[in-house]
Amino acid sequence: MQTPASFDYERATSVEGAIASLHRLGSEARIIAGGHSLLPMMKLRLASPEHLIDINDLTELAFIRETDPPAPEIRIGALTRHVDLLRSELLAEHFPLFADAEQVIADPVVRNRGTIGGSLCQADAAEDLSAVCTAIGAKAVIRGTDSERVVAMDDFHLGPYMTAVGEGEMLTEVRLPLRPGAGSAHEKVERRAGDWAIAAASAAVWIDGGTITAAGIALSAVGLTTIHLTRAQELLRGQAPSAELFAQAGEIASEDCSPGADGRGPIDYKRHLAGVLTKRALRRATARALHQEA
Amino acid sequence: MEVSITVNGEQVSREIEPRQLLVHFIRETPGLTGTHWGCDTSNCGACVVLMDGKPIKSCTTLAAMCEGHEIRTVESLEVDGRLDPVQQGFHERHALQCGFCTPGMLMTSRALLDERAGGPPLTELEIRTAISGGICRCTGYKNIVSAIRWAAEHEAAMTSGSSAPKEEV
Repeated sequence: MQTPASFDYERATSVEGAIASLHRLGSEARIIAGGHSLLPMMKLRLASPEHLIDINDLTELAFIRETDPPAPEIRIGALTRHVDLLRSELLAEHFPLFADAEQVIADPVVRNRGTIGGSLCQADAAEDLSAVCTAIGAKAVIRGTDSERVVAMDDFHLGPYMTAVGEGEMLTEVRLPLRPGAGSAHEKVERRAGDWAIAAASAAVWIDGGTITAAGIALSAVGLTTIHLTRAQELLRGQAPSAELFAQAGEIASEDCSPGADGRGPIDYKRHLAGVLTKRALRRATARALHQEA
Repeated sequence: MEVSITVNGEQVSREIEPRQLLVHFIRETPGLTGTHWGCDTSNCGACVVLMDGKPIKSCTTLAAMCEGHEIRTVESLEVDGRLDPVQQGFHERHALQCGFCTPGMLMTSRALLDERAGGPPLTELEIRTAISGGICRCTGYKNIVSAIRWAAEHEAAMTSGSSAPKEEV
């Protein structure tokens, strides 16, 4: 029987209260939301927090909403569950890669519990939403006792299972800047339904007058952390979208990832797959930006 | 800690360790061993129960997290000797062999039918997606899909009080 090691449990009744508890309890305290990453880690003794702070009652952290100009954003509360990300019309309209990814994250029953905040804070390199958020230039809002920080995804993920969220802090919100001309897609290959990716690619392009003005590309499961393909992004900027251009970006993806060999496949296969998925994601993102998706 | 959870409409209160998983809290309640404890890693779906009407995996949920919530298990499906349409469907379409995955499959199916009540007919893809969090090693899923469709088609007639129509297989 797998049972976590003993811990103290408390249920937060406010965000401020949760942060106060984290501050008071220090490094041995962890937040639990859906629990579908943390509890399996605790069963395996890969994590043994002494205190769990349950934030499932903090419904003020469960939302997806759009802010007004001049700097419009979509804001997603950390407690927003996968099922709600999958079904969000707002996300489907502006960032369809969320639905692409959510359809293949675990299974519908797990998606009823797991949250975006939990996924990002788990910082597992094979997790899909980290690549999604990196590709679209999302920012993470981290709140502490008296302050709030907004950090880019590159600064949020510090390493495998390590984030910028410090002691006495929690991730409260994810912000997605809205810019016109956007198209996005997420492509994943897995061994069987609901499994972690062998490799996955998230891509976003912003197109104005037939030119790619900006691009974001990130890979899951082919490195120790989410791989942000900045070199491929630079290649695309200022260019007209074309099959040749995306093929070049795919080649860069194969070169710039650093997969390990495991039961999901050898290194050369994963590099090849990363390239193919990058190409496909860019093609689909562009078709969506140009409203030409078949 | 003292935890109080509504299970199948009845308040169950017990002193537990915070680390107790919901699946064990349920199974240690007299009469409620129908919920199966399978892989323990949220992969197999044998432990699926409904929390406030939505299917969840009880091996990856702390009992403490369910305080104040409504849990529904497979034992709640049959009422006064009348099978729930999903149970009848599994019977009609031979949707189980060893039966280990069945409690989870039944509860997942029940939630699907509740969620889709009054909507257009379920597609095969919708059914297969809904049960994709459950693993069945016996049936190859075909009869399970068929059983869920049977339940969807007969639900209105069965819940309105008339007897289940005879089915030719």
